[in-house]
Amino acid sequence: MTDKSTIKVAVIIPAYNEEASIATVVGAIHAAGKNAGVNYVPVVVNDCSKDRTGKIIDTLDCIALHLPINLGIGGAVQTGIKYAFENGFEYAVQVDGDGQHPAEQIIHLLEACEHNKWDVAIGSRFITNEGFQSTFMRRVGISYFEWLLLLLTGKRVKDSTSGMRMMNRRTLSLLTTYYPDEYPEPEAIILYAKNNLSFGEVPVHMNERLGGVSSIRSFGSVYYMFKVTLAIIFSYIRG
Amino acid sequence: MVRVQVIAIVTSLLFLANVAYLIHKGRLREEYAFIWIISTFFLIGFSVWREAFDTMAHLFGVYSPPNLIFTGAIFAVLIYLLHLSVTVSKMQQQNKTLAQHQALLQQKISQLKK
Repeated sequence: MTDKSTIKVAVIIPAYNEEASIATVVGAIHAAGKNAGVNYVPVVVNDCSKDRTGKIIDTLDCIALHLPINLGIGGAVQTGIKYAFENGFEYAVQVDGDGQHPAEQIIHLLEACEHNKWDVAIGSRFITNEGFQSTFMRRVGISYFEWLLLLLTGKRVKDSTSGMRMMNRRTLSLLTTYYPDEYPEPEAIILYAKNNLSFGEVPVHMNERLGGVSSIRSFGSVYYMFKVTLAIIFSYIRG
Repeated sequence: MVRVQVIAIVTSLLFLANVAYLIHKGRLREEYAFIWIISTFFLIGFSVWREAFDTMAHLFGVYSPPNLIFTGAIFAVLIYLLHLSVTVSKMQQQNKTLAQHQALLQQKISQLKK
């Protein structure tokens, strides 16, 4: 295993109206980096927030990217991916701006990538079933995606909606050219498989969100299932 | 020429004039105006030659000429709407790329200022 202290990891935080929690999240990333002895660089993508998120991140010790229009989670994360790729980062990890993904768990994803020679490590809530387990309906949806992805890729991903992912440069290079706009997580797994990237899951312990609302709202969940199913199938066909 | 023909022709010409005005003002691109100009000529044509629909309906074996009009018109509108959806999707993609590029450049500039 290479010396961890020489690895530069971009920690991409898509933020939309996260003024309540963003400073805490960025602070936690610096602390976790110091603890793990890895160079974590927080890259906060302000997705045209209506609150003070933009002003706050300009004063924090982080790379602040301000989108002039609201692109949604996928477009925001891709902005961070482009930044990380263009600026020579070895790895980039996506972490939510609302505190759901604890910063001290990032190191487990990095170690999994390095140790298993994976291109992508996905943080999963459902391997040890510890921590915040999401709602019942969401777990039903997640089981359905597990089945759909197993059918199409032959690989079992137990937590395909998890946004907490460590990606190496090969993955970043692929995702700069295409990344889904809305609800990108399950569809991205098809992209990995289609492009022969190696990936696997790592157990992580997630928290309930500190503030803000999920990008998947309850009334939108039928649309969510339908949209993601279509996206997965078309990504599969497109190849 | 009966009254309805005069009304139809005048309306079509007004429509055509409006399309021309929009192009002139730069509010409508020529490639999109094209389809509107063609449809106006169709409207004028059918206003002048009233029996055209009966002849065509007979030719296609459609029992009632209005049915032919509805089928044809709805089909044309659907195709055009699909074309517009494709255009909107393309523009959304271009918008996204532009916004991301702008955000990355802005970060570079503020970095240089420091």
